[in-house]
Amino acid sequence: MQNPTWQESVYAALKAANVTMIGYVPDAGHAHLIKAAHADPDVQAVVLTTEEEGIALAAGAWLGGKRCAILMQSSGVGNCINMLSLPLNCRIPFLTLVTMRGEWGEFNPWQVPMGAATQPVLTAAGVHVRRADRPDEVAEMVGASAALAFDSQIPVAVLFSQRLIGAKVFVK
Amino acid sequence: MTMRNDGTLDRRVVVAELMRDPGDLLVVTGLGAATYDVGAAGDRPTNFYLWGAMGGAAMIGLGIALAQPTKRVLVVTGDGEQLMGMGALATTAAAGAKNLSIAVLDNARFGETGSQLSHTGLGADLAAVAAACGWQNVATARDMDEVAALRLRLRTESLFAVLSISAEEKIRHLPPRDGAYLADRFRRALGVVEA
Repeated sequence: MQNPTWQESVYAALKAANVTMIGYVPDAGHAHLIKAAHADPDVQAVVLTTEEEGIALAAGAWLGGKRCAILMQSSGVGNCINMLSLPLNCRIPFLTLVTMRGEWGEFNPWQVPMGAATQPVLTAAGVHVRRADRPDEVAEMVGASAALAFDSQIPVAVLFSQRLIGAKVFVK
Repeated sequence: MTMRNDGTLDRRVVVAELMRDPGDLLVVTGLGAATYDVGAAGDRPTNFYLWGAMGGAAMIGLGIALAQPTKRVLVVTGDGEQLMGMGALATTAAAGAKNLSIAVLDNARFGETGSQLSHTGLGADLAAVAAACGWQNVATARDMDEVAALRLRLRTESLFAVLSISAEEKIRHLPPRDGAYLADRFRRALGVVEA
């Protein structure tokens, strides 16, 4: 049997943390997690129109006794800032996995400003930020971050670096 | 520009009717007057009041509804709050939670900030938007008989309802605003503190 990919290990880490709801904005870097969530009868997968919806969805899930993680891209982090007052004020956990753009071999200059601002903006908004650069550290980091978020009831973001996920290749 | 007819219903009377005999209804309120109206109808542990997070009420309702499929969830919000979260009308419809309803108190104004005309006062029809987003059941109410009929539908169907209320401002009724308290008591009332 083949060793699991790091993406499969990340999904397993979410399951081990008892995450049973996953909200997402479509993203190539999260494609495996999105597909796995939809294929999993024990997980509710919710497609969002914008990332801030996910913060409210996750807060509602927690109020109802479920754990929800939100998948987004760095460009979407900027859409979330005011809504982050919800988990912070209410001491509601928040876990988001953020694929990074605009930092490693980026082709599209429109991704660069928010990519560069992602970590400081999250930190300024009160979110604890972890960053994964290597395949062998990602799943453990997601598991530890889920424990931090749901057990200590704080907002946590795990950034998946662009070097990790691979720069998007544009071909004509 | 076509102006929409102003509503005549008293918002406190409307909300008191919606909240009559609430049972174990799980309620989320949008910031501003909807929070005051629901608080004025009687504070209860399974009322989750927003004092911020504008645009988030419907999505919080969806999260609760998906997590608690055997319970009924009612979101009570204003036209301005729902306009800010208009994408959530598509997301909630797509998610298809049968136990979620949304009641929009529509005074066609941004009441909290000086009663400026909102988009529903400038031609936007939120019930039509919800229907176009995939909500199967939408309704509007302009008199109290219609409100009374919607009270039951909001608790049995997945219904998006617009209640056309007067722009009259009410004395503020201020329910608890400590978010950690509100969240904790909600979870305790549901018995999910250890989840």
